[in-house]
Amino acid sequence: MIRLDRVSKVFGQTTAVDAVTMEVAAGEVCVLLGPSGCGKTTTMKMINRLIPPSSGKIFLDGRDTDGIDEVTLRRSIGYVIQQIGLFPNMTVEDNICVVPDLLKWERRKSRARAAELLEMVNLDPKIFLKRYPKELSGGQQQRIGVVRALAADPPVLLMDEPFGAIDPINREVIQDEFMKLQAALRKTVVFVSHDIDEAVKMGSRIAIFRDGRLIQYDTPNNVLAQPIDAFVADFVGSDRTLKRLRLITVTEAMMPDPPRVRGEDTLDTAVKLMEEHGHISIVMVGPRGRARGVVRLDAAQGKRGLVAENHEPLPGMVDVNEDLRTAVSLMFTHGVTWLACIDDDGFYKGYITQRGITQCLAATSRSV
Amino acid sequence: MAGALERAWRIAVLAAVFALGVQMQARGVLASMAKYWGDIVYLSKQHMDMVAISGALAIAVGVPLGIFLTRQGVRRYASAITQVVNLGTTVPTLAILAIAMTVLGLGRPPVIFGLFVLTLLPIVLNTVAGIESVPPHLIEAARGMGMTRFEILLKVEVPNAAFVILAGIRTALAINVGTAPLAFLIGGGGLGELIFTGIDVSEPGMLLAGAIPTAMLAVLTDFAVGTAQYWFVPRGVNPLR
Repeated sequence: MIRLDRVSKVFGQTTAVDAVTMEVAAGEVCVLLGPSGCGKTTTMKMINRLIPPSSGKIFLDGRDTDGIDEVTLRRSIGYVIQQIGLFPNMTVEDNICVVPDLLKWERRKSRARAAELLEMVNLDPKIFLKRYPKELSGGQQQRIGVVRALAADPPVLLMDEPFGAIDPINREVIQDEFMKLQAALRKTVVFVSHDIDEAVKMGSRIAIFRDGRLIQYDTPNNVLAQPIDAFVADFVGSDRTLKRLRLITVTEAMMPDPPRVRGEDTLDTAVKLMEEHGHISIVMVGPRGRARGVVRLDAAQGKRGLVAENHEPLPGMVDVNEDLRTAVSLMFTHGVTWLACIDDDGFYKGYITQRGITQCLAATSRSV
Repeated sequence: MAGALERAWRIAVLAAVFALGVQMQARGVLASMAKYWGDIVYLSKQHMDMVAISGALAIAVGVPLGIFLTRQGVRRYASAITQVVNLGTTVPTLAILAIAMTVLGLGRPPVIFGLFVLTLLPIVLNTVAGIESVPPHLIEAARGMGMTRFEILLKVEVPNAAFVILAGIRTALAINVGTAPLAFLIGGGGLGELIFTGIDVSEPGMLLAGAIPTAMLAVLTDFAVGTAQYWFVPRGVNPLR
């Protein structure tokens, strides 16, 4: 969708961007990441030619952008900046319709579009369309900044640290909202950030820049697991392995189809099952397979009776759709080394252990 | 608290105006002013005529000039040029009129030119200041969304600077009205005729017959532009509403 071919930018004596070659596939979120002054913003701004490249070619959907008139090019690319840049003289409605108006859309169509977009970010059009930016909170302004970029339905979106100026709590909320929007719209997004956590959360791919060069361009998991050099390893942080916990779901790391017992089974059966699998505890499920409790080997051994009369409550359960970060956090909270994994309806799907998580992370990891 | 203070202040002003009126009435000043009613009407028209022509010219030249000074390429000379313009404001009005008279002769042309120069300066300065105060990130957002330079000027820069530009026009026109009496000195007519003649013949009634309408016209002009400022500047960038 977007292809940069040996693109460079020289300002006077300094080379801001040095022969960057990269490709962003349609529907992907590519995060340009790096310390300030690394060339990531310059690289992004060359895509819509806010900064003209000194050399190299940029292709959009196969077309050389040099051949497209600047203004036409920019109108076909959504643009979001950190300071949001809503025009204070215009209502929310007019702000959203800036590009449709420039493109001379029919007024009724563009205003209907504005209302539709507001609903997509959970703002009531009846309340917000006629408001001015100064009458909105920072978070609301930022949401409108994002939908404004989507107004003319451009296939490509450039975002320059769009959530950088928002407080951490709201930032998480807006990031999640944007991810939901993106999942539905599948835009090709180039997203500048200096925050590794944001990059890991938002990016389908991360491009790490240093001194104008593209150092590593890979999926978030690979960047964290296999940083290409000491700079990247240092930049993503010494806790990079912990960050990976967010990228792996419980489903990927759990042991599926574990042995289980029912309430009407005898303790004897439970002990046999545990010994067979080498486990020290076993989960009791209800008649339809919902996790109900746990029977410990040391408590069950030598005792007679039914599982139903001898089980203990489960020390912790985790939803299979959660990420490993949540799982590990729950383990620490309950002081256990394993968790029963259940699906949204409470059915017992598997179990996850600390050792299993460690192995899962180690499988692709590399130290620098 | 603030409301009460404001109300007390208003009552005090009204009382002072009333007392002044009573005092003037008692001394017969009002009666002598009334004698000049015909002159007041005629000269007020003449007065406002000069103000309107010179003011309109100044707006027509000043706003575009101010905008021009903020354009790319010219912008870096803008501060130097505004410095010169600032110097211009320090030249006494009377001196401007005198210079204009030596070139353009007596009568209305030098007066209109003098008032034009006087009015031009605040308008240019405020236009430059207003447009320069538009935050750069708004311009960047506008460029990034694909506005041409002219569209940026029209849709972003001017609306966001409108309040400051109109504030400049407001000040400039009030100054213009207040300075226009000097026109009499170079044969331009206007309410200055009553003021200066009143001084010369030591007749306070005549003097006031010129001075009070001048003051009232200045206040009215200020009010009129203020109202325009209230209604024409978009609500989102209008501190008045």
